[in-house]
Formats: sequence, C-alpha cells, structure tokens
Amino acid sequence: MNEQLYKVSANPHVRDKVTTHSIMLDVIIALLPATFFGFYNFGLSALITTVICIATCVIAEYAWQYFMKKPITVNDLSAVVTGLLLALNLPPEVPFWLPIIGGLFAIIVVKQVFGGLGQNFMNPALGARCFLLLSFTGRMTTFTYDAVTTATPLATLKAGGTVDVMDMFIGTIPGTIGETSVIALVLGGIYLVAKKIISPRIPVTYVVTFAIFILLFGGHGFDLNFLAGHIFGGGLMLGSIFMATDYVTSPITARGQIVFGIILGVLTGVFRILGASAEGVSYAIIISNLLVPLIEKATFPTAFGMQKKGGKK
Amino acid sequence: MNPNPIERLTNGIIKENPTFVLMLGMCPTLAVTTSASNGAGMGLTTAAVLMFSNMLISLLRNFIPDRVRIPGYIVVIASLVTVVQFVLQAYMPSLNDSLGLYIPLIVVNCIILGRAEAFASKNGPINSFFDGLGMGLGFTIALTILGGFRELIGAGTLFGASVMPEAYEPATIFILAPGAFFVLSCLVAIQNKVKNRKPKDSSAPAPSCDHDCSTCGNGACGGKFFDLTVDDKKDNK
Repeated sequence: MNEQLYKVSANPHVRDKVTTHSIMLDVIIALLPATFFGFYNFGLSALITTVICIATCVIAEYAWQYFMKKPITVNDLSAVVTGLLLALNLPPEVPFWLPIIGGLFAIIVVKQVFGGLGQNFMNPALGARCFLLLSFTGRMTTFTYDAVTTATPLATLKAGGTVDVMDMFIGTIPGTIGETSVIALVLGGIYLVAKKIISPRIPVTYVVTFAIFILLFGGHGFDLNFLAGHIFGGGLMLGSIFMATDYVTSPITARGQIVFGIILGVLTGVFRILGASAEGVSYAIIISNLLVPLIEKATFPTAFGMQKKGGKK
Repeated sequence: MNPNPIERLTNGIIKENPTFVLMLGMCPTLAVTTSASNGAGMGLTTAAVLMFSNMLISLLRNFIPDRVRIPGYIVVIASLVTVVQFVLQAYMPSLNDSLGLYIPLIVVNCIILGRAEAFASKNGPINSFFDGLGMGLGFTIALTILGGFRELIGAGTLFGASVMPEAYEPATIFILAPGAFFVLSCLVAIQNKVKNRKPKDSSAPAPSCDHDCSTCGNGACGGKFFDLTVDDKKDNK
C-alpha cells in the first residue's frame, strides 16, 4: 500500500517539482549568453566586475542571515541572480569597490531589511544600480569601448546622431556589461518563455508600448533607424526580459502584467525622450515596482461563483 | 508628574527627542540637513522660536479663548518667526540663503505647534520656556547629527572642512533626498536598539496613554487611541 495516500495535510495537495532553486538556475542559464558576450566584448575587467558582484551578494546574504539568526537560504541562488543582474547593469570599467557597495546595498538594504526573498518591494539589482547611479554618476555613465571613452548609441541618438542598428543587434557597442547584445538577451528570453519561467506578457507589452510611444512622441516621425535604435539600445531588452519579470516585484495577475508592461513602456519613453539623461529603463522599472500592489488590487480576478463588484447581487 | 526645568530639559533632549522619538518636524529634518552647519542653523533657529513661543503662549494661556487657540498660537509663532528671519537676514545672510524657504515654514513646524498645544497651554511660563529649550536643543542635536552624517558620506566634509582621506569618493546620494531617509532611519533604528536593551522598559504602553499623542513617547501606537473617541460619537448618533 502507498503510505502517502493516507497522509492528510493542509492544501495545496497538488505540488510541482519547481523550486526557487530550479527557477533561479534557469534564470542564470538564460543570462549566460549575455554574460559571456559581455566578457567577450569588454574583456577581463567585465569578468572581474561580475565575479566581485556575485561574491559580494552571496557573502552579504549569508552574513546577514547568519548574524540575524535567520535560516540560511543562500542555496536558493537568488543572491547569485541578483549579483549577476547587478553586474550586467554596471559599466565594465569600474573600480573594484563600486560593485561591492552595490552588492551590499542590493542584498542588505533592498532585500534583507524588508524580509528577504519574496518581501522586497523593488528589484534589488535595479535598486542598487539606481543607488550607484545617483551616488557616482560620473563613473556609472562613463563607457569605455576598446580603451576609448565613447558615447553609447542612446546618447548618440539623444544628441541627434544616427546609429548602426546591426551592431546594436549583435552587441558590439559600448554600454553596460550585459545590455549590449540584443540577440543574446532575446535568446535567454526565449529559453525562459519556453521553460515557462516567465510569461511573455510583460516584455511584449513593455516593448510594444515603448515603440508606440517613440513613434508618437519621439519627434522623428516614422524613422525606423531611430525606433530600432531606441528598442535595441540601452537596458530595454535586459530590463524587459529579466528585470521587469522578476516574480517578487511584478504583478501576479495576467491583466495586471499587461497594465504593468504599459506603465513601464510609457515611463521609459517619458524618461528617455523628455528626461535629462539618455537612459530611463532602471528608473521606470523601480517606479513601476512600487505600483505593483495597487495594480494587483485593481486587477484581482473574481473568484469562481462570486459576483463581480457592482454587479447584481 | 511634577515638571521642573531640569526635567523638561532632559526630557526634550533625550526621552522625547522631537526628531528621533516623537517623529515631529520631519519636513525641515529631511529637507535642510544636507550639511552639519545647515542642520545646526535650522535647529537653533527653531529652538529660538520655540523657547519664546512656549513662554508667550504659556503667559497668554488664560486669556486666549479655547475655540480660537490655534489661530492665537499661530499669530504668536508667526510674529516670532518674522523677528528671527529679520535677525538672520541682517547678521547671517549666508545661513538665511541656504535655509531659504524653510525659515518662514517654521511657523507651521509641528514641533512648535505641538508643544504649544501639549505643554505650554497647560503649564507655567518658566517650565514652558525650559520645555521649549529642551525640545529645541533636542531638535538641534538631532539635525546636526543627521546633517553631519549626510555631509560626511555625501560630500566628505564636516562643517565645511574636508575630513575624509583624499581617495574617498563621496556618495552624492546622501546629500540628495533619499540620503536623508537612509540616515534618519539608521539613526532611529540604532536609537531604538539602545533603548529596548533595558528589559523593564517594554511594559504595555496603553494604561499611561491619555489620548495625547504629542506627549507620548510610544511611536508604535500610531494614534490608535484617538479612534476610540470617534467611535463614541458615532454611537451617540
């Protein structure tokens, strides 16, 4: 006889083999193409920055949980994902202490102080990136490529120039470590969607809304080079596929995810077109993160058998 | 409770520190503490107004009709703030420039109005004066510490003098708005940690609550006891 049949426990009774560990592992696998392209594109300094980031995040998480006498959950790999995402959001040529400060801020201030994985109200990696961006603006916006400090394609577009869209698609452009190669990021995204780790709702609505915004308000009319430059440039691909779809900080309802994507697209467009700086993805995502509880409340589905609000009773 | 000047002084500085315990006056606290000298300047300006407004309101407490007491207080406070602003403009124009709009805003600073309502309107002028002095000094010390930390981390200086080693790169975010929240929350957390170390301090707060949150040091209550009176009114209907 099967012993398990007689065991009575509280619901849920149907369980899946998916664990936090396996999800995080899939996210890491999906990020690998972009990461390795970053190493290839920027060389040794990108590798060192990435290693420092991941090590800081993992050690910070372990140390915090050890000293606060909390269960140690480093094995769920979420700190590794945070560290990797943070590294992909940093310029390759940063001094060694910058990723350390960023990692500490991401894990301790944004994640652990609010209760650890599942409780953080904004994406830890992006919170840390914005912290660094506001603190060390000069270092965070200086991009060197082939040992020459150059403008990113987005900055070129902002200044009114034109960009080579094919280079941006492949990724041989200056930028942060992980954001340059559109093709590597999209590959990772396809892997995640195929494994059903993320739903394509947020990335697709995000990019489509953003494209419409650029067409309407970009000031260039129907200029395909400008449009493609904006979609492939900056952190839009990295942000929409890997950051905006973070489980903890994105809406859980299907309609909510669409609303979330639309808000993201509009905010990114506003920041990029009307804002002072060329990039706006990180700010758009963390501001939208703060709206998630409201979005979820507004789009909470009616349970089966219940009447809709305002309907007949 | 029998208030005396010394008890009032320490009460304002430590036990009921307006910034770290009562959480009053957050607007100037967060806005002007970009440097230690700005924090100290704001604190001392507020302290000056607070001492004399407390004393004057205490002297006038039997003449101001209850129903118009708030406008009465505002008139007293606003006159004092005007005097202080003229003094600053005449003798400390640089401080006046860096505090800017926040000087006239002292009129509506909730510490001043709160102390007038909670203490000065019920106690004698000497005690009220020292209550104002204690609260004012508590506010000054809190703002100076807050400004000091922000200036040190965000600009690498302290009272305008460079104190960090050459290689230190200031984290500009600490002199921007988010930095104020970071530093304030850390200081309050440290303060609570130290305060909660005494085991006997954690007795239930409710019995001593007289529905007057402005004099109550228990931040965790969050004014819940006010709701009781509201409910009573509803029941009477």
